[in-house]
Amino acid sequence: MAGDATSIAAADTLKPPSTRKGVVGWVRANLFNGVFNSILTLVTLWMLYKLVPPLVRWAFIDSAWHTGGAACHKVSGACWSVVTQNFRFIIFGFFPYDMQWRPLVAMLILFALLFFSQNRKYWNRFLLYAWIAGLFAMGLLMKGGLFGLAPVDSTQWGGLPLTLLLSVFGLTAAYPLGVILALGRQSQMSGLRTLCILYIELIRGVPLISLLFMASIIFPLFLPEGVTINKILRAQVAIILFTAAYIAEVVRGGLQGMARGQYEAAESLGLNYYLTMRLIILPQALKIVIPPTVSILISAFKDTSLVAIIALFDLLKTSQSVLSNPEWMGFSPEVYVFIAVIYFLGCFSMSNYSRKLERELSTEEY
Amino acid sequence: MNEKAVQPSEDPDTDEIMIQMIDMHKWFGEFHVLQGINLTVRKKERIVICGPSGSGKSTLIRCINRLEVHQRGKIIVNGIELTNNIRNIEKIRAEVGMVFQHFNLFPHLTILENLTLGPVWVRKTPKKEAEETAMYFLEKVHIAEQAQKYPGQLSGGQQQRVAIARSLCMAPRVMLFDEPTSALDPEMIKEVLDVMIDLAREGMTMIVVTHEMGFAKSVAHRVLFMDYGQIVEENTPQAFFENPQHERTKLFLSQILH
Ligand SMILES: Nc1ncnc2c1ncn2[C@@H]1O[C@H](COP(=O)(O)OP(=O)(O)OP(=O)(O)O)[C@@H](O)[C@H]1O
Ligand SMILES: [Mg+2]
Repeated sequence: MAGDATSIAAADTLKPPSTRKGVVGWVRANLFNGVFNSILTLVTLWMLYKLVPPLVRWAFIDSAWHTGGAACHKVSGACWSVVTQNFRFIIFGFFPYDMQWRPLVAMLILFALLFFSQNRKYWNRFLLYAWIAGLFAMGLLMKGGLFGLAPVDSTQWGGLPLTLLLSVFGLTAAYPLGVILALGRQSQMSGLRTLCILYIELIRGVPLISLLFMASIIFPLFLPEGVTINKILRAQVAIILFTAAYIAEVVRGGLQGMARGQYEAAESLGLNYYLTMRLIILPQALKIVIPPTVSILISAFKDTSLVAIIALFDLLKTSQSVLSNPEWMGFSPEVYVFIAVIYFLGCFSMSNYSRKLERELSTEEY
Repeated sequence: MNEKAVQPSEDPDTDEIMIQMIDMHKWFGEFHVLQGINLTVRKKERIVICGPSGSGKSTLIRCINRLEVHQRGKIIVNGIELTNNIRNIEKIRAEVGMVFQHFNLFPHLTILENLTLGPVWVRKTPKKEAEETAMYFLEKVHIAEQAQKYPGQLSGGQQQRVAIARSLCMAPRVMLFDEPTSALDPEMIKEVLDVMIDLAREGMTMIVVTHEMGFAKSVAHRVLFMDYGQIVEENTPQAFFENPQHERTKLFLSQILH
């Protein structure tokens, strides 16, 4: 008996074996464990040695930052001047130069709203009001025509504000539409179901570019004379319709993953279809599909750059027109690196946020 | 369990009819699962249904709150006939509690939220009041201290007791149990059965599909034996276990009682 007691006490105080081995231990365990990994590590190191120093040299040491185009051609490194000298055009496009504070303020409002919206602590009625007020303010700033703000035609909108407009509203509208389409596709009503399937399959069978062409060139032909619909709006609708179809398919996967028992438990409490979906099924199904949904949102965000094809001056198009200026011709790597960084920040924060959301939602449950 | 036995003197003394099935048939495609069920359940009556796997026990009780749709005959619950009228179905579902074999708690909601969901959204009970009721029933199933946890953090027996409390929060007139203990480890079966026995003592109308024969003996007013979609035999527990009439019943009892 006494022996038993001591052995239990010993087991109680037993600590898990230490896994910390110091730097050398870490290197050995992670980089040189086995022949294959050692070779891989050496090859990687050699490639880094070959690549990184010249890159640093090009980007930072031999580069020009605030020169004119002619001076730039003389340096051997990167010509960041093409970005710095044309910064305001790349960012704001043809928005009247001395009024460019307006899109700037609009973007700041948008960033503030997004910042607060990403924290679920703030998801309440006030945030909704803030969005409504914010949308109104942003619209006013961009469009003008009220409170002494000079009107600016939407054909003059461009650059980053346009890209943000197309993507933020494209994605926020496409998501609920996609969810509704997914529910429709699961519906008991065969007419509705067929319609949703038809829609989803049709849209998914067509590239976004052709949808954009249709929206910008073919669609206006069907409008009665004198009626015109804003070109940006048409592109926006095309992006929404396109993205929604993809979201619908992902959400459908989540819905199919739900156990029959969840529907039955909800129904046997007397919940109707709408409440069952809203309170029981969608919260679980949408959570399961956060990763693929965010993939779609990310690619939709990047796909907004396709509007350049129908001559909307989004971020990509403004950069390209800088490059067509003879003074700055030939500096496309620099400009595209800059654009890539902006797109990367957008995509990276989306995927970061999705990981955070997943983590929060899963620690809640277990 | 004997000391907890519900006294036969508590037999329902009313003739008020809670559930009535008249020549009820159901098919799954070509398969005739329920073949002419006639059953009357009075208020406060407790019925145990047993029978071999696949005999249609689950399907039968699932027809009562229309988780399954019957194709012929009538089902009348609490005076309302079950038809395609979705309003009536929702009304009946709110009055009929259902406990499943696999609990079916909502994993994304806390225990407390699981319990208040129905009252708040279906009965439109104020949230505060619903929470008080929920805590009352959680006390009753001896699990109040788990109110803020999520279902995934509870043992099977605890989850099933929560599921029972969730149904009770709707103040149902009938409780349906579909093999409530058969997914549980042996040591948890008793805690769930005890809760059900308490419920019986308070006069709840209950239909229980189970193979817990001890429970049937001490709680049921009537035991039904089903086979091939029919009610083969129906009797008081005593007569049912001591003097089964049909060969199939005898065979079944010999199999489950060893
Ligand atoms: N949704 C369904 N579609 C087709 N057949 C079904 C369906 N549900 C049940 N069945 C069949 O109906 C029969 C009766 O099923 P039911 O679940 O009612 O049996 P049970 O008596 O509850 O059996 P168990 O003791 O295994 O739970 C079984 O043969 C089953 O395979
Ligand atoms: Mg069953």
